[in-house]
Amino acid sequence: MKISVIITLKKDVLDPQGKVIHQTLDGMGFQDINEVRQGKYFEIDTTETDNKKAKAKVEEMCKKLLANLVIENYKIIDPK
Amino acid sequence: MKSSVITFPGSNCDRDMDVALKKFGFKNKMVWHADAELPKSDLVVLPGGFSYGDYLRCGSMASKSKIMQSVINFASSGGMVLGICNGFQILVETGLVPGVLLRNKYLEFICKNVFVKINDKKNKYFKNVDNEVLEFHIAHNEGNYFCTNDQLKEIEDNNQIAINYCDKNGKIEDQFNPNGSIKNIAGIFNREKNVLGMMPHPERMIDTSLSGEDGSLFFKNLINNLK
Repeated sequence: MKISVIITLKKDVLDPQGKVIHQTLDGMGFQDINEVRQGKYFEIDTTETDNKKAKAKVEEMCKKLLANLVIENYKIIDPK
Repeated sequence: MKSSVITFPGSNCDRDMDVALKKFGFKNKMVWHADAELPKSDLVVLPGGFSYGDYLRCGSMASKSKIMQSVINFASSGGMVLGICNGFQILVETGLVPGVLLRNKYLEFICKNVFVKINDKKNKYFKNVDNEVLEFHIAHNEGNYFCTNDQLKEIEDNNQIAINYCDKNGKIEDQFNPNGSIKNIAGIFNREKNVLGMMPHPERMIDTSLSGEDGSLFFKNLINNLK
C-alpha cells in the first residue's frame, strides 16, 4: 500500500526559498500570486495491508522523523 | 579530562576538534556514530560538517543514529555535551536544546569571522572567561535560529541564550546578525546548561598563525572549569 505525506511549513515560519520562487514567478509574468510556500512530499510504500494501521504507522513516522513539529505540519493522504 | 568527538558520515570538523581538544589538555577519543556506548567522558562533542548530506533536515538523520541514545542518556544525567554547527543542528533535532535552525535568511552559505557576546557566564562553558566578546568563525547554510514564542519566553526566562551575534564592541543589533536568527542567537543551552549548541566554530580559532586565539580562550577555560 502506498501512502503519501505532505509536509508544509507552519504559518509563521519564514520561507526564504518560497519567497525567491515567488519573486521569480513574478518576474516571469505570473503577477497575480499572493504567496508561495515550499513543502515536501513523501510516498511511502508499505507491506501493511490494513489501511488504519498503515496510516497510524505513517503518523508515527511523521512525528518522529519526517516532520519537525516546531516548524512543520504534516498531512497524510488517504491511500487509494 | 576525557573527551569524545562523535564522527557521523559527513562530519568534517571532527579532526579539527580533536586537534583543538588535545592542544588544551583533553584526552580525546573519536567515536563512530554506529557505536552503541560512549567511552567514559567528561565532555562529548558533536562536530560540524554535513552529516548524511543534510538530507531531509540538517542533523535529522544523525539525531537518530545509534550513538545518540547514549549521548542523550549522558546529557540527561548531567554530562557536558557541546554541539558545534552541524552538531548544534543535531542537538535541536534530538530535542536536547530547544528550537530549530532554518535556512539562512538571504539563502547564502555564510563563511566568515563574527563577533559573539557571552550572555551568560553562570555555566561551565563560559565561567571565568575574561572577555565579554569573542571572535569566532562561522560557516553554515542553515544557522537561522528559530523557535516558537512560547519557547522564546521560556529560553529567556531561564537565561538559556549562551551567545548572540554582535559587533566587536558587543553591540547586539540587526545589522550584525549574519543569518536572520531570532534575537541574534548564535548559541543556546538546555535548561540545566550542561548542553550547549552553537553555530560558531571555536576550534578554528586556536592558532594565531592561522586565524585567531579566541577559541584558545574558550577551550583553556572549558578544561579548567571541568577540573
